[in-house]
Amino acid sequence: MLGEGILKGMMETAKNFAGSYVSAERLTTVEYPEERIAPVEAARVFPFLVYDGGDWEAGLRCVACQICEKECPPKCIYIDKSKDKKPDHVGKAQFYPTRFDIDISVCMSCQICVEVCPFEAIKMDTEFELATDDRFGGLLLDREQLAKSNEYYHSIHPTEATAVDVRLAEEKAKAETKAKAAADAAAAKIATAAIAAAAVKAAPPAGGGD
Amino acid sequence: MRLMETNTERVEGWNRPPVIEPDGEGELLEVAMGPHHPSTHGVFRMDLALDGERVIRLKPVFGYLHRNHEKIAEGVSYLASMPYTDRLDYICSLTNNWAYALAVEKLVGQEVPERAEYIRVILGELTRVQNHASSIGFLIQEMGASGTPLMYAFREREKILDLFESLTGSRMMCNYMRFGGCRVDVSAAWLDAARKVVAGLPGFVDEFEALLSGNEILMARCQGVGVLRPELAVNAGVTGPMLRASGVNYDIRKVDRYGIYERFKFRVPLGDHGDIFDRYMLRVLEMRESITILEQALKEIPGGPVMDSKAKIRGFRPKVGEAYGRIEAPKGELGFYLISDGSPNPYRYRVRPPSLINLTILEDMCLGHNVADVVLIFGSVDIVLGEVDR
Repeated sequence: MLGEGILKGMMETAKNFAGSYVSAERLTTVEYPEERIAPVEAARVFPFLVYDGGDWEAGLRCVACQICEKECPPKCIYIDKSKDKKPDHVGKAQFYPTRFDIDISVCMSCQICVEVCPFEAIKMDTEFELATDDRFGGLLLDREQLAKSNEYYHSIHPTEATAVDVRLAEEKAKAETKAKAAADAAAAKIATAAIAAAAVKAAPPAGGGD
Repeated sequence: MRLMETNTERVEGWNRPPVIEPDGEGELLEVAMGPHHPSTHGVFRMDLALDGERVIRLKPVFGYLHRNHEKIAEGVSYLASMPYTDRLDYICSLTNNWAYALAVEKLVGQEVPERAEYIRVILGELTRVQNHASSIGFLIQEMGASGTPLMYAFREREKILDLFESLTGSRMMCNYMRFGGCRVDVSAAWLDAARKVVAGLPGFVDEFEALLSGNEILMARCQGVGVLRPELAVNAGVTGPMLRASGVNYDIRKVDRYGIYERFKFRVPLGDHGDIFDRYMLRVLEMRESITILEQALKEIPGGPVMDSKAKIRGFRPKVGEAYGRIEAPKGELGFYLISDGSPNPYRYRVRPPSLINLTILEDMCLGHNVADVVLIFGSVDIVLGEVDR
C-alpha cells in the first residue's frame, strides 16, 4: 500500500518520542552552561607547564631542551634558553627557560609536545573556557600563565600523574644511589689510595689497587 | 541523455514526472551553486547551466578550503604530520591516522603488535559506522526531512565519539595511531564500554531502516536518480561505497588484506543499479557488516603491548625510497604516498583522497536531472571538503 513506509517511519518516531520519557538514558541533551559534563580523564585542550613545590619559577620541570619547540606541528611554542643553570628536582644543574610562550590561537591540541618531552614538564590541560576579547596578547600565554602545580595536574589526570610521579621518584632514587655510589667510590678510592700509599711505604705493592 | 533509459525503477503508484529533453529553445541559465550553499557540506561551488529546471552542464570548482596540507608535510617531521591528517576527513580522523601510519610503517619496515592491530580494526570500524550513519543523515536532510534522521544518526554517533574521547582525549581530532602501534593502551573498562555500544548498534540500524528504507518519498526521490555506470566508475577511479553501489566488487579490506582483516568473517555488499537508493542501502548494509567485524574483534582482542618496543616515533631517518599505504576508509580508498630522501622529513607527501576522486564524476551523474536532484546526488557521494581541497 502506498504510504505504508511513511506510516512505519512515523511509528518509529512516535516510539522514540514516547521512549524518551520512559528511559532516562534517552534524554541525551545537556543544557550547557547550566549543566556541565565533567571532562574525561584523557581530555586534552591546551598544554601547561608543571612545577613542583610552592614556587612556580623555581619548581618548573622544563629544562629548555627545545624538543617540543622543534616537534610542534604548527610551531606555536617559543622558548628562550637561560645562560645560567639552576638545580632541577634531582639536584642536577640544568638550564631553564627564560621565555616559554605558547600561542594558543595557533595550537591545535595534538599532544605531541607532551609525548616528546623527556622531562614530564609539559602536560595537557582540560580547561576549555578560554574566550578573550584580546585576540593577540590574550591568547599568547607566557610561562607564568602556563605554570600549574603538580597538585593541579593530579586533580585533572589522576592516573597519569601518579604514574609520572612514580617514574620521577624512581629516577630520583636512581640518581641518588648513583650519586651516593659515586661519592662512596670516591671516598673508597681516597681510602684505598691512602692504604696503598702506606703499603708502598711499608712493602712492595701487593695488589691493593682500585 | 543516456541517463533517462535507466529511469525504470519506480515506486508503484508514484510516478516521477516525465523527463523532458532540452528543446534547444530559449537561453540557458547559469547558476553558481555555492560556495556558501548549505547543501555543499562546506565550501564548494558548482557552476550549473540550466535549461529550465534541468541541468545541461555542471562544472565543479574546488579549492576554497585549500590549506596546503601536502606542502606543510614536506617541511615537518613524519610525526608532526600525524595530527594534520586528522584534519583531512574530519568525520573519520582515525582512519586517516591509520592510512598514514601504514604508509610510514611500510617506508621504515616497522612491525605492529597484534593488540594494536585489533585496536586499529575496532576504531576503524567504529569510524565507518558513525561516518555512514551521519552521511545518510545528511543525505536525508537534504531531501527535506529536516533533522529527524540526522538526529537519530547523531545520537548514535555521540556514543561512538564518547568512546573516542575517553580513549584518545579528543572527539574528532584523535591523533591516536603511531608508527608501530597506538599511543595509549585500551583499558578493560573501555573495552566493556565499547562492547556495550556495539551491542546497541544493530538495534539502531534496525530503527534507522524502519524509519527510512520503506519510505515512499525516499524511494521516489532516490530510485533511478544519479545513476553511475560501473564502467564509468572504474574508469574514473571511483572507490568505496560509490563503486560498490554500482556493482563492482572492490573492497581493499578484501583485496589488500592490510592489517589483520583476513581473520574476520564479513561480506561485501554490492548494489545493482548504482543510483542514490543503492548507495543509501549499501551504506546501511556496510554498517551491519562493520558491526559483525566489531563483535568478532572485541571478542578476540589479545593482551600484550600496543607499541612495538623498537618503534621510534621521532628522530628517525627512513632510508631513501618510497611507499604507498592505503586502506578502505569509509569514503573509499585513502592512500598516502611518501618519498624519502633519507632526511627526517618526507621529500614528497601525497594524499590520494577518496572524496576528491569520487567527486570528479559529479557532472556525469547530474546531467539531465533537476536542480533539486543535484543536491541529492552530491549528498550521496559522501564527501568532506577538508579532504577534497586539503
